[in-house]
Amino acid sequence: MDIAQITPILATAIATSTPLVFACLGETIAERAGVINLSAEGTILLGAMTSFAIAKTLEGSGTVPSLLAGFAGAAVVGAAIALIVALGTLTLKQSQVAIGFVLALLGASLSSFLGNSFVRIPGPTVPSFKIPGLQNLPLLGNLLFQSDLLVYLSYAAIALVWVYFYRTRAGLMLRAIGEQPNAAFARGTNVVKMRYIYTLIGGAMMGIAGAAFSLDFKAGWSHMHTAGYGWIALAIVIFGGWNPLRVALSCYLFGILQSLASVAQSSIPAIPSQVFNVAPFMLMILLLVLTSSEWVERVLKLLPSPLDRTASELIRSTPPAALGKVFEQD
Amino acid sequence: MTKRIFYYQLASIALAIVFITAIILVVGASPPSVITAMWSGAFGTVGQFARVVATLAPLLLCASGLLFTFTAGLYNLGIEGQIAFGAIVSTLAIRLTQDSLPPALVIVLAILMGGIGGTLWGLLAGVLNVYGHINEIFSGLGLNFVTDGLSLYLIFGPWQREGVASMSGTEPFPESLWLPTFGDTDASPIALLIAIAAVAITLIVLRGTYFGLRLRAVGQNLRASYVLGIPSIRQLLSAFAICGGFAGIAGALQVLAVFHRLIPNISSGLGYLALLVAMLVGLNAWFILPVAFFFSVLNIGSLQLPLDLDLESSLAGVIQGTLVLFVLLARGVSETLRKPSTNSPS
Repeated sequence: MDIAQITPILATAIATSTPLVFACLGETIAERAGVINLSAEGTILLGAMTSFAIAKTLEGSGTVPSLLAGFAGAAVVGAAIALIVALGTLTLKQSQVAIGFVLALLGASLSSFLGNSFVRIPGPTVPSFKIPGLQNLPLLGNLLFQSDLLVYLSYAAIALVWVYFYRTRAGLMLRAIGEQPNAAFARGTNVVKMRYIYTLIGGAMMGIAGAAFSLDFKAGWSHMHTAGYGWIALAIVIFGGWNPLRVALSCYLFGILQSLASVAQSSIPAIPSQVFNVAPFMLMILLLVLTSSEWVERVLKLLPSPLDRTASELIRSTPPAALGKVFEQD
Repeated sequence: MTKRIFYYQLASIALAIVFITAIILVVGASPPSVITAMWSGAFGTVGQFARVVATLAPLLLCASGLLFTFTAGLYNLGIEGQIAFGAIVSTLAIRLTQDSLPPALVIVLAILMGGIGGTLWGLLAGVLNVYGHINEIFSGLGLNFVTDGLSLYLIFGPWQREGVASMSGTEPFPESLWLPTFGDTDASPIALLIAIAAVAITLIVLRGTYFGLRLRAVGQNLRASYVLGIPSIRQLLSAFAICGGFAGIAGALQVLAVFHRLIPNISSGLGYLALLVAMLVGLNAWFILPVAFFFSVLNIGSLQLPLDLDLESSLAGVIQGTLVLFVLLARGVSETLRKPSTNSPS
């Protein structure tokens, strides 16, 4: 296989990872602020259903307005679910796992029940758009700039979140309320309010991820249309060590696994093709399990001196110290 | 104090009903006709009620198992995989022995092997959690994906039906290997007895034994109980093993009593539903019976919705999720309002 054959596969892998990039960046923002939004599976499903239903209903008023309304609707749904997460865990101080898990199931059931009349009908989709100058760049043009606006927006989102986290004062405070909420509180930050805001932003991005599926990369709606992607998004955030850049790369890794699975499907007939559909999910989460276990630390210690630290920084990660913990201001 | 929580719970259930009614109105259906359809779906005929009972048995088993992991402070999201792995091992046992052993013995062996399979799968999540320091939520989810892949592989690969490998599962087992049922229905008295035994064992162990007490200590404060000399690792692993075992037996029952073969997604979401049951029940283990029964009624009753009203049966999930969510929120409201009054006197 030469470059000419690999590039389209990689390009597809990168483009189709776009919904996950949005979802994982959203989850990263919430988790860096200290809140696990475990509802991802339900949020993405409900976002996908809502956006498709809105865009389909408004189809008559033109593709662009209907798509924009669809994305906006999905963002609102995602933020609304995140608001319940925030209310239940920040104000009412219930377990983030419990509330998030219930919302994951509830969102999935709701999407199925409310979206019944939109199942398997064609609807508007995001049109492809090649950026005039950039698409002719050698190698990179073919790899990154041959798809549509949503994909390019996801690149911008990655950069934006990274810059916000590590190059702005507000981003520093965001990380502070996830690491040392008491210290941030003592410095005059309203921890609960900021956590509300970041949870809502993160939720809106997860809703948009759902819309990116149903209006673009997995166009249309069916029952459990995006099943599994919410859970994998949660795993990718951990695998990416809560760093927006690494998280995005992990999304692409998952996309590549999916591309490889569909390539392998035809070349390994001994394994039934249905297995290849779940294989990327399986591999991704096993990879997470492998790298986040403490056994890996021992293996890394065996490497020669400067290499072990680099390897460790690359694949090991520590969660925000106050992640999932109730903040008691007193 | 308990009385006030009771009123909050009542108010939360009322709000949940308002929310559910609104959802039904959104799709243009009438709530009374939905209730009528669901009622007739669950209680209309003896056969339909029998299906409620057939759903109740694995649900009770899983919810009982989850009370152990909840008591130990663990969210065992891997339960879906533990059901599926139990079903796979149980199917394997049937395939290996059905030609050589008498049917009754094959059935007993299949249930036992299901339990053992589930125990091993639960222990695996436990080992990853205790020794690998991987959050049980993700080791569980990961193992769920693995069992998904494994059952698809078996159903479409080595165990495929003669000529027609399909999502409908493996070749059905001969009727002699089906768990005996009440008359001509789906409900199996043996499955129900096993499930009720599991509930009884759970109640006795959690409330009346030293093991249950230590498990609670580990769940409330892992570090403190470790310092006090409670063998916490053994406690945590036992909770995983017991929960997995119960789930595995539920998986075996799905094979022997409900589907009579291995199908993809054999757990049918019962594991996650059991998590909702266990969350709703909280520490009042006795409520597991009425709650699990009510949830089973919803699951089976909702199957009537597509037939009568052209609605999706996932309304059952909407009702179950909404109820649990509002009850959790009400718990939070009553705790938050209580706090200031307990703090201020000191």
